[in-house]
Amino acid sequence: MLDLHGYGPSLMKGALVTVELALLSLLLAVVLGLLGASSKLSGNRLLVGGATIYTTLIRGVPDLVMMLLFYYGGQVVVNMLSDYIYYEYDIDFFFQFDPFIAGVLTIGLIFGAYMSETFRGAFMAVDSGQIEAGKAYGFSRWHTFRRIMLPQMLRHALPGIGNNWQVLLKTTALVSIIGLTDMVRVAEQASKAEHAPFKFFIPVALVYLALTAISELFIKWLNARVSVGVAKGD
Amino acid sequence: MPDFIVNWLNTNDIFTATTMLHYWDGMVTTVQLVFLSLLIGLVVAVPLAILRTVRNPFISGPIWLYTYLFRGTPLLIQLYIIYYGIAQIDGIQDTFWWTIFREPFYPALLAFVLNTAAYTTEILRGAIEATPHGEIEAAKAYGMSWARRVRRIVMPSAARRALQAYSNEVIFMVHASAIASVVTIVDLTGAARDIYSRFYAPFDAFIAVALMYMALTFTIVFCFRLLEKRMLRHLKPANG
Repeated sequence: MLDLHGYGPSLMKGALVTVELALLSLLLAVVLGLLGASSKLSGNRLLVGGATIYTTLIRGVPDLVMMLLFYYGGQVVVNMLSDYIYYEYDIDFFFQFDPFIAGVLTIGLIFGAYMSETFRGAFMAVDSGQIEAGKAYGFSRWHTFRRIMLPQMLRHALPGIGNNWQVLLKTTALVSIIGLTDMVRVAEQASKAEHAPFKFFIPVALVYLALTAISELFIKWLNARVSVGVAKGD
Repeated sequence: MPDFIVNWLNTNDIFTATTMLHYWDGMVTTVQLVFLSLLIGLVVAVPLAILRTVRNPFISGPIWLYTYLFRGTPLLIQLYIIYYGIAQIDGIQDTFWWTIFREPFYPALLAFVLNTAAYTTEILRGAIEATPHGEIEAAKAYGMSWARRVRRIVMPSAARRALQAYSNEVIFMVHASAIASVVTIVDLTGAARDIYSRFYAPFDAFIAVALMYMALTFTIVFCFRLLEKRMLRHLKPANG
């Protein structure tokens, strides 16, 4: 049997941290993606420009660099903010900007940009007649979005969301570099202490494989659900 | 460097000639690492992709497994396994391999090559499998052998179809190479981390390096756009 030298429980805990981090980042990414896609399609020059700058910037910078910037820079910003609040309002307010927050912010921001592209394509795939029909029924903009656009675009967006999620899951490994004790970091420390890299990294790699395999099945199931109203095959 | 640039740089606190040279060395390492991994990765991926489409499961199966494993796990873990793992192989420290793999550059290169080759194999496989059936039939009708068919008909058109996805892989590799700094390689990110810790100036150090990566990325995007224009000229709209 696999002997993890007593690191088993902390590896398990690390795996949970990884999953938590991935899910929270996904949430942020979906929100940012919807915002980005709607700004790009809004026709408002300012919003379109802003969203375009956002997606272009993200595509040019490595995820690790952004993570380091957010982690080290975030602490500086928090320190400045807490100083300011202390001097101006005499409130002693401080919080440690930890790797988890930096990780969620960075990964959410990066994949928000990719999601914007996915959602933009999906929104454009919704038949414009549907939106007109909504207008004809006197739906408000929000109502049209919520009742007509969102359910129909989901079918087109889901494969893209699935791909992004698979990449996002693997990107969470980077957060171990800025010191989050996820399973990669536990494995790294354990393998240094025990001089047995294969023994700790290979199980972690298998956990990642299992997570991707499970999400693949889940996305397939979800895809079948949202495509229920669409004829299959030819 | 010319004197006036040195003088100008020396009036800055952080971006002095020394730090700029440090960034430059990092840039050279990053470009070397990425270029070599992409080149070797491509050379490995082309035969793998061709064999991956062969019907015999004993040939395509192992290649599928390889791409599945390397695409399904984070590159960071692959890097750790290779970087820490190689030193653990019994007796390697007595062979000439040790003089190579003692440097962190080569384990990192190996990890990157294996990773990019897996992705490139799948990209090429998709392009090969999308070859129009009529083209293959025509080649067969001309009496071309399998090897000649692959070389003359399948690969040239597959290369065109794969170009766009491959340019994404190249960008991905530039960004992924940042993790080389984790195994003590002083690439661009490594240089930025050095400069950050020397001056405790996160914004200056990392925003500067982000701009450099951006310049690198968009140069590559631009080159690929030129290449696409050339290779996909026949698909251009008539009056476009």
